[in-house]
Amino acid sequence: MTEKVVVKDLFKIFGHDPKSGLKLIEEGLDKEQIFEKTGLTVGVREASFTVNAGEIFVVMGLSGSGKSTLVRMLNRLIEPTAGEVFLDGENITKMNRKSLIDMRRHKMSMVFQSFALMPHLTVLQNASFGLDISGLGKQEREERAMNALDQVGLKPYADSLPQELSGGMQQRVGLARALAQDPDILLMDEAFSALDPLIRSEMQDELLKLQEISERTVIFISHDLHEAMRIGDRIAMMEGGRIVQVGTPDEILKNPADKYVKSFFRGVDPTTVFSAKDVARKSQLTLRWHKGEGAPRAALEQLREEDREFGYVIDKQRKFMGVVSTDSLESAMARDENTLDAALLDNVEPVPAETPLQEILAVVRRYEFPVPVVDEDNVYLGVISKNAFLRTLEAGVPETGAGTA
Amino acid sequence: MIFDFEEASIPLESWIEIGVNWLVDNFRPQFQAVKWPVEKTLNGIDGLLQMAPPIVFLVLLFIIAWRAANWKVGVFGVLTFLLVGFLGLWQETMTTLAMVISAVVFCVIVGVPLGIIAARSERFADSIRPLLDAMQTTPAFVYLVPVVMLFSIGTVAGVIATIIFSMPPIIRLTNLGIRQVREDVVEAAHAFGATESQILWKVQFPLALPTIMAGLNQTMMLSLSMVVIAALIGAGGLGEPVFEGLNSLRVGLAGIGGLSIVLLAMVLDRISQALGVSKHTQKKEG
Ligand SMILES: Nc1ncnc2c1ncn2[C@@H]1O[C@H](COP(=O)(O)OP(=O)(O)OP(=O)(O)O)[C@@H](O)[C@H]1O
Ligand SMILES: [Mg+2]
Repeated sequence: MTEKVVVKDLFKIFGHDPKSGLKLIEEGLDKEQIFEKTGLTVGVREASFTVNAGEIFVVMGLSGSGKSTLVRMLNRLIEPTAGEVFLDGENITKMNRKSLIDMRRHKMSMVFQSFALMPHLTVLQNASFGLDISGLGKQEREERAMNALDQVGLKPYADSLPQELSGGMQQRVGLARALAQDPDILLMDEAFSALDPLIRSEMQDELLKLQEISERTVIFISHDLHEAMRIGDRIAMMEGGRIVQVGTPDEILKNPADKYVKSFFRGVDPTTVFSAKDVARKSQLTLRWHKGEGAPRAALEQLREEDREFGYVIDKQRKFMGVVSTDSLESAMARDENTLDAALLDNVEPVPAETPLQEILAVVRRYEFPVPVVDEDNVYLGVISKNAFLRTLEAGVPETGAGTA
Repeated sequence: MIFDFEEASIPLESWIEIGVNWLVDNFRPQFQAVKWPVEKTLNGIDGLLQMAPPIVFLVLLFIIAWRAANWKVGVFGVLTFLLVGFLGLWQETMTTLAMVISAVVFCVIVGVPLGIIAARSERFADSIRPLLDAMQTTPAFVYLVPVVMLFSIGTVAGVIATIIFSMPPIIRLTNLGIRQVREDVVEAAHAFGATESQILWKVQFPLALPTIMAGLNQTMMLSLSMVVIAALIGAGGLGEPVFEGLNSLRVGLAGIGGLSIVLLAMVLDRISQALGVSKHTQKKEG
């Protein structure tokens, strides 16, 4: 994986004499203390992270946490107070005006929360705005802009004015304007936040679809966990100008760095975020499968000893074989069939690990015993009981020790 | 007695005279340099208007009014000028029109760039604001004083007074129009690698155009009123019959002069207002 953008110790302090703020930060003062003392606003402090080529990197945090400031330092719409940003190894913070403008024209494009379309230009002219700025001939730029409009499904509206379109369509124009540049990196500052939920998820799908066609590096700002989880390959959590955690959605969900990060998950509908493996627990008795005679008796013994009604049969490689119950074992023995095979319950379908919780509810209800979960190699991962499932719904987070335990 | 105004008076009058004479003697080339382009422009436009056969003028007027606004304004314009002609004031009207056009041309040439600078520099905006306020609060009549002192009397002096008098709105509204352009749109232009001048010409100026046009309309109306007053210093035009009529108590003469001015003002107002609106809604070629 190649590193596309490397950010090192980036600071932004707003106000007169920002350098004096740097000193106070060194002394360990936080955002509020510094503002009280000096009137300086800490926008971003000590941000360091790496964005890999081709990934969607989501920056998440509450309002005022410094997300916009952070991404605007990447293309220097906001000048950093200290620190460095590298794009493909080149130091952006040291670029002169000309290379900076060049970089903005060819490498990084931006999509804005407010769309920021030019009201005096048609959709096509808006889409070709960046190309026009970089001095491309009319024919070529309109061709490329048309192509970009086609990608977002707006070709028929090329001659409309932006204000004649709905919000979602306007943001598609914003997206097309950025895509027309054919940039390496897309910066999206709450690009979908102004849209209503339905259109928003439609746009998220659109973005993911575009990523499939040609992989770009996307740096996406959001204050919405759902959105971050849905589209993010990795997420950076920001608080008070600081990046408190960077990781894949799973990592952050399972091991939130602090209370702030955790607090984000409250109110999140867990069924859209978690999958079967996150909730599966090894709370049930597993029985080692073997062909030999007398296995049902041993199994029954084990179940009784542990006071269980059901047992989950796995083989040497921990592959899932089936489920037995005290009843099924007893009736097998009564029939004089002395193998575990004969005692396996009918119609037990294990749930694949990646199944979203949303789809599991129906399955969990169907069985009278906890539902087994397996990975793609049919290896047993644990079970989901009705209880555990409901508790997850209530708490919003799987109980600790979930998943791999 | 201290308040004996007869005995002791401040000789400001003679001081001013001395000062102005000194200015005129020492800065003659500078004043001439200001006067020269105004004079050339004015003479050019006036000559053209006076020379053109009325029918040609009327046809052109109709086309301009029709394109800028609609055919109704065109008809209104043509009727106005026909009436003015039959009142025997065609020549005066052409002179007034020439003065207004010249003044507006210079107001735009000077005022729009000043407005742009004001929009980009807080310091410049702050420093010209009191000047613009003073220019707008000074009664039109008083403008004539310094102008006559420095440029003497006549049509050119009248146009110079008019330029100064009617400049403030176009500066103010250019400044305002550019400042009103949404910040996110300007930021987007920056993000796409626009240079400062691209931002000005491709984003700020076109978006400010309706406001600038409103400024142009105000400037034009102000210059018409000033051009009329400038008849006092021998500028000629439609102000002259009014002035003459009042002086010699020929109410009828003053009346037809006044009527012509009002009608002319209405025509110019309609056309210049429509210019701003049509520019706003019209789709522009990129
Ligand atoms: N131009 C500025 N001058 C002074 N302070 C600023 C400026 N821009 C941002 N700030 C401050 O910096 C901090 C970070 O702001 P920023 O806009 O980056 O937050 P954000 O995470 O994008 O918030 P939101 O979700 O509301 O967009 C805030 O405290 C804000 O008030
Ligand atoms: Mg923001």
